[in-house]
Amino acid sequence: MKATRMRLALLMAAVLVLSGNTAAVRAADTIKIGEIMTYSQLTSFTFPYRNGWQLALEEINQAGGVMGQPLEIISRDDTGKPGTAVTIAEELIRKDKVVLLMGSYLSNVGLALTDFAKRNQVLYVAAEPLSDALTWAQGNRYTFRLRPSTYMQAAMLAEEASQLPAQRWATIAPNYAYGKDAVASFKKILQAKRPDVEFMAEQWPALFKINAGAEIQALADAQPEAIYNVTFASDLAKFVREGKLRGFFKGIEVVSLLTGEPEYLDPLKDEAPEGWLVTGYPWYDIKTPAHTKFLEAYRRKFNDYPRTGSIVGYNVLMAVAHLLDKAQSTDTEKMVEALEGLTFDSPVGRITFRQIDHQSTMGAYVGRTALKEGQGVMVDWKYMDGKDFLPSDEDVRKLRPQ
Amino acid sequence: MDRTLGFYIVQFLTGLADASALFLVACGLSLIFGVSRIVNLAHGSFYMVGAYVAYYLIGFFSEGGCAFWAGIVLAAVVVGLIGVGIEVLLLRRLYGAPELFMLFATFGVVLIMQDLSRWLFGAEDLLGPRAPGLAGSVNIRGTLLPQYDLALILIAPLILGVLWLLLNRTRWGILVRAATEDREMSDALGVNQTRLFTSVFFLGSFLAGLGGAIQLPKGGANLLMDLNTIAEAFVVVVVGGMGSIPGAYLAAVIIGELGSFGVLVFPESTLVLMFLVMAVVLVIRPHGLLGQAGAGAHVAFRAAEAVLQPASKKLKLLGLACLVLILVMPVLVGTFQLVLLTEIALFALASMSLYFMMGPGGMVSFGHAAFFGGGAYAAALLVHYLQTPMELAVLLAPLLVGLLALIIGWFCVRLSGVYMAMLTLAFAQICWSIVFQWGEVTGGDDGLLSIWPSQWASDKIVFYYLTMILSIGGILVLRYFIFTPFGYTMRACRDSALRVDSIGINLARHQCLAFAVAGVFAGLAGGLYVFSKGSVFPDEMAIPRSFDFLFMVLLGGVETLFGPIAGAAAFTWLHDQISRTDFWQLILGCIFVLLVVAFPQGIVGSINVRWGRFFANQNH
Amino acid sequence: MTKLLEVRNLAKAFGGIQAVDNVSFELEAGQLLAMIGPNGAGKSTCFNLINGQLYPDRGGITILGQRTNGRKPRDVWKLGVGRTFQITCTFSSMTVLENVQMALLSYHKQTRSLFRKVRRLYVNESMELLELVGIAAQSRRACGVLAYGDLKRVELAVALANRPKLLLMDEPTAGMGPAERSQLMELTSAIVRTRKIGVLFTEHDMDVVFTHADRIIVLNRGELVAQGTPSQVRANVKVQEIYLGTGKTPGTAFPTS
Repeated sequence: MKATRMRLALLMAAVLVLSGNTAAVRAADTIKIGEIMTYSQLTSFTFPYRNGWQLALEEINQAGGVMGQPLEIISRDDTGKPGTAVTIAEELIRKDKVVLLMGSYLSNVGLALTDFAKRNQVLYVAAEPLSDALTWAQGNRYTFRLRPSTYMQAAMLAEEASQLPAQRWATIAPNYAYGKDAVASFKKILQAKRPDVEFMAEQWPALFKINAGAEIQALADAQPEAIYNVTFASDLAKFVREGKLRGFFKGIEVVSLLTGEPEYLDPLKDEAPEGWLVTGYPWYDIKTPAHTKFLEAYRRKFNDYPRTGSIVGYNVLMAVAHLLDKAQSTDTEKMVEALEGLTFDSPVGRITFRQIDHQSTMGAYVGRTALKEGQGVMVDWKYMDGKDFLPSDEDVRKLRPQ
Repeated sequence: MDRTLGFYIVQFLTGLADASALFLVACGLSLIFGVSRIVNLAHGSFYMVGAYVAYYLIGFFSEGGCAFWAGIVLAAVVVGLIGVGIEVLLLRRLYGAPELFMLFATFGVVLIMQDLSRWLFGAEDLLGPRAPGLAGSVNIRGTLLPQYDLALILIAPLILGVLWLLLNRTRWGILVRAATEDREMSDALGVNQTRLFTSVFFLGSFLAGLGGAIQLPKGGANLLMDLNTIAEAFVVVVVGGMGSIPGAYLAAVIIGELGSFGVLVFPESTLVLMFLVMAVVLVIRPHGLLGQAGAGAHVAFRAAEAVLQPASKKLKLLGLACLVLILVMPVLVGTFQLVLLTEIALFALASMSLYFMMGPGGMVSFGHAAFFGGGAYAAALLVHYLQTPMELAVLLAPLLVGLLALIIGWFCVRLSGVYMAMLTLAFAQICWSIVFQWGEVTGGDDGLLSIWPSQWASDKIVFYYLTMILSIGGILVLRYFIFTPFGYTMRACRDSALRVDSIGINLARHQCLAFAVAGVFAGLAGGLYVFSKGSVFPDEMAIPRSFDFLFMVLLGGVETLFGPIAGAAAFTWLHDQISRTDFWQLILGCIFVLLVVAFPQGIVGSINVRWGRFFANQNH
Repeated sequence: MTKLLEVRNLAKAFGGIQAVDNVSFELEAGQLLAMIGPNGAGKSTCFNLINGQLYPDRGGITILGQRTNGRKPRDVWKLGVGRTFQITCTFSSMTVLENVQMALLSYHKQTRSLFRKVRRLYVNESMELLELVGIAAQSRRACGVLAYGDLKRVELAVALANRPKLLLMDEPTAGMGPAERSQLMELTSAIVRTRKIGVLFTEHDMDVVFTHADRIIVLNRGELVAQGTPSQVRANVKVQEIYLGTGKTPGTAFPTS
């Protein structure tokens, strides 16, 4: 009996320590912002993302905060589950009294929060989720998005791909909404520009369970002249290595989404593919003053180089600071009005949150991959402004519920 | 389309190469299960750690052909030792306990190893080194095949041969086989169980580590490997027959070739295929392709049950006090706490329905999320496509899920123990794959949105009361069922199949009905859940959700009727608390392990031990 | 007299071993029929064939005029056959009373009822059965904690719940003391006489067999070697050989009545 009591006491103690740990001491007069992100998975993106907003937070607060108050971020892990994200959103709004929500990585988490924002009339600034539905089919007054959507990035690549001579195409994409959207948009835009293009084969590996050898064989069987690839992370690594060994890429053009991002390119080291047409983030090569300033500050603070996540994290909090500054209020309706059409200068260039669909015009870097000192890099890149790769206003109105 | 013979040969060899690493993990898992009856969920983590350790060892040894292979073998040894450490420090304390507790403990190990790996090896995906001397390709009738694939194709049968010799030609092997085939017999022979278990755990972990290490040149190391691998390894073990090494090889080859040729025919359904094959095999050969009826069939997931006691006066008073507390809650706490309580109530109903199957029914389900998520999707689809009002959707969802459960149950009740649990998992995965990959109808992983309650129930407080009425009502009804002839017959079926048959009861049909009843209530919980969240996603049907429910039941205590409620409350609260910390999986894993070692009866069970007499019925 | 059980040319082999070979016998109401034979004679196989757990290779089983070859045990039970097991087989998480209630629930086709609590169902009927077998005093105890001899009584009560016309009892007194044995068998005899049912039982204890059986059949290596009244069987030379080898006088082999 004594032992049992001891154990119960131990458990109680553990529980107390835990709950005490979480009730962190908070300053009284701050503007609280709820930040939801998948920190227990996909950390190669989400940790640099956190660094990004932490850097922005430091800069904002050192400059005196917004409306004379420092910003405070309450950061939570959604564990990659939309249901958990919604519970956390409730908690952030009702218990922690945050003025707005920002963040999220996965599209489905983003969509869940979009719906939550609409229902509860809470401002949600989506950072990373790429799903087109976020600003279009499910778009609403209270949701905004920073990153260029799947459609925009696919459109950028399709624009470049239409310049290639290839007519016979094959696609490979992870079998979930992002992969499907990315292929559908790319096909549509490319075929609109190039009616002679044919899509010969498609492969849909389950996410992070690619069967690289077999799927490459199946693609090669269709004898394509060009490949459109949407796989990323470990799937990409397997695809690249297996494809090289099987001589798959010889004489084939590869157009690949996100592959130029350091998150996905760097792990490939000296095996990084060469000559692929990709979207990405060549941080080492961007010489604008704004970016150089960001790069130096980031390196100083974290002793590391930025990834795509870092720039997204930095920009999203900067956008929030600008909107609060413009609204001069934490009233949701006023903040929404302020964010509609808000323009600010970011390390990657000028960004505007469009009034028509709440999509920001943040662009992406498109270029070719190359090897430099045993490391994959992007060369011949250019920054493609997001505003040039969105459908006409008329089309957007059709896509978005009014 | 013209395909050359070379193409088919290479496709076949690719499948064979893919089977190799899978075989190594699966046969380790099978060995451990065969001897110790541990369903080791941490086996995928061993595989992952094997990959990481080999990656760093090979890098450390730097250049040279020897370094690569030495690194791989050494990594496997390291993982073997990690396995021994876990066996000696943790699992050895649990050998008397029901198998489900060991499962629980090994899942704790999964969580711990996940976070430790992140901390130790970093978050970035690592690309594996190429094998020296095997970095090129061979040309087979005009189609290229990586040389390393040939090495992999050879390694698996080689290991199979070595294992066969080890098991058939050594004294140790005979002991292992004896323990696999007849546990009691080997007990009686006075075999040193402790040493045998430890050595088998070493070998099993070694093989998992080896599997992780040899696949490095084909992929690399990343943090998703553990859970991705464990599901596949289980499919292989179950398809091959638990405890059968040749069976594991045969099944690995089948799964490998299925993947290889499957992409030619069904490029979008690779996930469903594997689980469909498993379901078909289990229905035709309940103990796997080469499995024996003995191994695994007798695995009981619980300790002997006590006689059922009706609630005493004091317990009823306590319940009444809780009810009053729930009633006045909206006055006491904020809206968020109400949202959390709503969630707890729905999870409690879902885990009560799982308990209903597991406790009185003796049928462990690894796929309860299929019913919960099924209810959520049924309601969501009704609203989305037919604009069904909430009231009707919440009524229809349980009925539809009941039907689904009846169908799944019809297949599952042919099996028992681990095999039944695995078949429920297979069906849940099939349901999940359909929802996930049939995006046109279900929205795929983007889910279905804007499923909000009717106007009158949209207020959080009203919805709170609605949920409380339905879920507490559901829980009480389920509890009542346990005391009715239906519940007694379930317990009878669990206690003795032989006796049940000899008093004229159709066991399979009754268990099937029990599935349906559990399904109805899980479906009710799911149907309400979707309205509380406003949206539904495939995660609600995925494996982790099924395990959440299992843990809620175990956390509360398997042998107690109110365990599931306490479990759901503790689990949800704990999750909410620790998800604010960075390494929450580590903390959760440690809590699981601690719980299993220190409180095998769960929360309510422990309270029973301490204060049981206080609440006992006076008249007995 | 109606024939409760007719077994004709029954045969069953396992692999190459002929466990039961061409066995024929019958059982009438009001009779206690003992099946004896050395270990491995095929008694249990024979039992399991009649009960429906095994499917015969050849031959026919007729219970109460119905051919039951290949019927499942639960269907055989529905014809009015009660069964006790060699190794006791009760619901260990239930009390003695609940075990009998369970059988009665099945008999009254109530096993799927979700409305009334078991606590109030067929209690009197169950208690009567428990009183009949003499363990009413232990009705509230869990079967898991009962002594072996008492479990055998519970099994008998359970087997009687469907008002069987035929009782199959595999070693009904195994594990009991001598006094308890004869008590149980006397009880069984009484039930047989009053309810006009038939009992087929196997038994190792020859005292029990020769005291209580009306007729005896003797199996050896799957074959029926003798059948008849106890005195006929006692006098049978073949039976003597099986049990004792040759050259012994009958008087010392089996107990006299």
